[in-house]
Amino acid sequence: MRGVPWLELTILAPLCGALLGLVLQRAVAVLALVSSLSTAVASAGVAVLVARHGTIRRSVGAWELPLGIQLRADGLAALVLVAFAVVGVFITAYAMVHFEPGSRAARSFFPLWLFAWTGLDALLLSSDVFNLYVTLELTTLTSVGLVATGGDPAALSSALRYLLFAMAGSLLYLLGVALLYGAHGVLDLDLLGAVVTRGPVTWGALALITCGLALKAPLFPLHGWLPAAYASAPVPVSALLSGVVGKCSLYVLVRIWLGVFGVPLGRAPAVLIGVLGAAGVLWASIVACRQQRLKLLVAYSSIAQLGTIFLVFPLMGRAAFAGGAYLVISHACAAAAMFIAAGTIEQVVGHDEIDRLDGLAHRLPLTFVAFALAGVSAMGMPPSGGFVAKWLLVRTAFELHEWWWAAVILIGGLLSAAYVFRVLRGAFVPAPITETIRRSRASDLLALGLALLALALGLAPDLPLALAAQGAPS
Amino acid sequence: MTAENVLPVGVLLSSLVPALIIFLLPEQRHGTRTALNLFAAVTKLVLTAVIGWGVVHHRRYETRVRFLPGADLVLHADPFSLLFVTLSAVLWLATTIYAVGYLEGSPQRSRFFGFFSLCVASTMGIALAGNLLTFFIFYEMLTLSTYPLVVHRGTPESLHAGDVYLAYTMTGAALLFAGTASLYALAGSVEFVAGGSVGPLVAGHRGALMLIFFALVAGLGVKAALFPLHGWLPLAMVAPAPVSALLHAVAVVKAGAFGITRVVYDVYGVRVAEELGVMRPLAFVAAATVVFGSVMALAQRDLKRRLAYSTVSQVSLIVLGVAIVGTVSTIGGVVHLVHQGLMKITLFFAAGNLAEKLHVTRVDQMRGVGRRMPLTMLAFTIGALGMIGVPPIAGFVTKWYLGIGAIEAGASWAIAILAASTALNAAYFLPLLRDAWFEPAETQGGILAEEATLSLVLPTVFTATLSIAAGALAASGVSPLAWAKLIATREYQP
Repeated sequence: MRGVPWLELTILAPLCGALLGLVLQRAVAVLALVSSLSTAVASAGVAVLVARHGTIRRSVGAWELPLGIQLRADGLAALVLVAFAVVGVFITAYAMVHFEPGSRAARSFFPLWLFAWTGLDALLLSSDVFNLYVTLELTTLTSVGLVATGGDPAALSSALRYLLFAMAGSLLYLLGVALLYGAHGVLDLDLLGAVVTRGPVTWGALALITCGLALKAPLFPLHGWLPAAYASAPVPVSALLSGVVGKCSLYVLVRIWLGVFGVPLGRAPAVLIGVLGAAGVLWASIVACRQQRLKLLVAYSSIAQLGTIFLVFPLMGRAAFAGGAYLVISHACAAAAMFIAAGTIEQVVGHDEIDRLDGLAHRLPLTFVAFALAGVSAMGMPPSGGFVAKWLLVRTAFELHEWWWAAVILIGGLLSAAYVFRVLRGAFVPAPITETIRRSRASDLLALGLALLALALGLAPDLPLALAAQGAPS
Repeated sequence: MTAENVLPVGVLLSSLVPALIIFLLPEQRHGTRTALNLFAAVTKLVLTAVIGWGVVHHRRYETRVRFLPGADLVLHADPFSLLFVTLSAVLWLATTIYAVGYLEGSPQRSRFFGFFSLCVASTMGIALAGNLLTFFIFYEMLTLSTYPLVVHRGTPESLHAGDVYLAYTMTGAALLFAGTASLYALAGSVEFVAGGSVGPLVAGHRGALMLIFFALVAGLGVKAALFPLHGWLPLAMVAPAPVSALLHAVAVVKAGAFGITRVVYDVYGVRVAEELGVMRPLAFVAAATVVFGSVMALAQRDLKRRLAYSTVSQVSLIVLGVAIVGTVSTIGGVVHLVHQGLMKITLFFAAGNLAEKLHVTRVDQMRGVGRRMPLTMLAFTIGALGMIGVPPIAGFVTKWYLGIGAIEAGASWAIAILAASTALNAAYFLPLLRDAWFEPAETQGGILAEEATLSLVLPTVFTATLSIAAGALAASGVSPLAWAKLIATREYQP
């Protein structure tokens, strides 16, 4: 078990799939499925290793630090890796249902998605600020490409907007990295953490890096590009962006914060991030309540959930950390399930206007069940992964005697109940036609599977939390 | 894995598993569904009886699963949980039979019975919860599983009632969550133990404990329909009759009252709560609700709405008994949990029969119905007289203990509340009974015995009989009163 290079495989498996997919275009979907499953197996291997032996480090090509590139998997990385891999498999399977086999969209989607996944896994396992930059770029640029696979003018213009925001963010981030490298001559997170001191360079780097990542994450009020990008992209793209890829900038920020800035700079900047996150929770939830279209509702809901995750910065501590990680993985399942359900509804009735969905549940029962179960997690109601995350965060807030963070989370939960039930209440209106529509059940089953995963995370949080605690800062 | 570890989960699963199977059954499999429901209800009764026997013989039943740091999932059976479990199990069986008859031929029965069983499973979890977090989890599962029942008919009216129900209960959930999480943050872990467990914290965290108490009680008070948090209950009347019966007698309202009792006795402990000075405000709120609910009931013209406000008032008698410090009043409050359930479910069954068979939904349509539906109206009469407090029906026992308890605890003002409640109960029930029995029928049609079908009448008569039995046999060893005495003595042990 230890002999197998699981870490490298989590990056190589999607990479090979992507490259082969470019060449063997006819078999691209099957290739994608095979490489997704292999990635999932490799990710599970990493998780088992980390659970047994703690943090794992590997030097790529046997070059040692500070020159070489090191891959590192601690509990957080392993947990997120596995969760994303599972959701990734579901999304690949859904894309096989969604895109017509051999179509242009399918041929561009699968390789791009696997490239994005390559970048994502490499990012999760990176341990220095420059590699984080490179992998983040790979993930972002392929995401922009994915948004554009819709092909229509709306998709192209929102992809372009996304690109501009992302580029600005990257530039700021890279400047910050340059500052750090210029001052200290190292890039590795641990080495940097050891030498960074309080001073103008560190503050400058912190500001640049945080702003850059906040643009890409996005953190309120820099989210302008997100709703249009998520809502105009093809459904599999929306699902993977909001569920999986959209979390990577936040992940980088947490990594750098924990490794480098957290200790020397004190709490003030963390509180600022928390305030913006809180504003994002409240604002995005209210806007979500007012949406007319289901996909936009889910997109705004994603911004609100991201905002909640940003609250781990002011609450920083072991339990809050676990809560944030838990929210990341349960939202990955729930958001993907909600987007797939929304996509199914749009596909069947030709629109996704919330006020016109009355009685539809009698014809698409499974779709609505999936949406409802995912909604339970989004609301943070028990039993669900969302509830466990909310519990950990709220409890930490009270332990720190900072009840206002708890209030934000609870109000956010109430608002999300409002928008989730706005969709669900129509399900109870009696319909003139009660036969279910005859069509492939695959997309419903995939959405349901993801929603059940979000639910299951609320039933047995013991194991994932133990994994996340491996090598976590105390 | 011993029987002691498995049985509490068994009680929970005996309605959770049927719920899941029912969701998967096709809509047309009515026979299978009914058989499954009845089998599950009987299984639950048997399991409950076994646990009850064990608890009497000092066995400890507990299932503990690791869940979160400092917070296990715990199901356990103490006398108080058993009281609630037994009530729910018995009334579930009755309501299931009733609902099968009531919904004969209506659409979406699969969804209905699925959520119905889920609702009961959540109630079992609430009853058996061994700590505050477990309680919270099942309490909110109850919120979610009741919503589809409230909006079951899908009319604009019921959807509106559902919206209001959610607005109230979700806000309550947020308060309860805040209270629970902050208590865990303060105490590390909050197990339910007789006499409470937060005592050692009082010295350092007086203010925080008081705030948390009010957050918890306000959160629970929404479901218990404490004034001014009762607004959702009268609206929820649009739900089908078996749902109203379940909501009022067993599941939702009762879960709130049960939760408040747990918080007062097994989280804070009655002495600590008294010392914090939170019992008196709670008693006043309960007393205000008793009077308010009765006055509002008097003003209602719709039969089910009148019954709904009557619930608001009667459930607060439980809280009142709990909030007056003293063994006897505690007995009165705790036993009313059962008594109110038996009597109120009888009233709702009867009201459902009247609406179903004679389309009587308003209080001014009751003339002569006694002769047309004698069994139903006999049951209704027993329930109504019991609510007023006429011996030997169960309600009398409650009021007797509450009255003596109030005097004993030096809270004689509560006597005035009880008297007012009795007078108002009589004022809104007796005219109905007079109309029903002594006025001639409005219509010329069939004069005699137009009783509803057997599956509607049988549960109605059954619960009416239980209401009398609980009162008449109160002195026997297996009566709700005997259990309530056992519970109260445990809570007041030094």
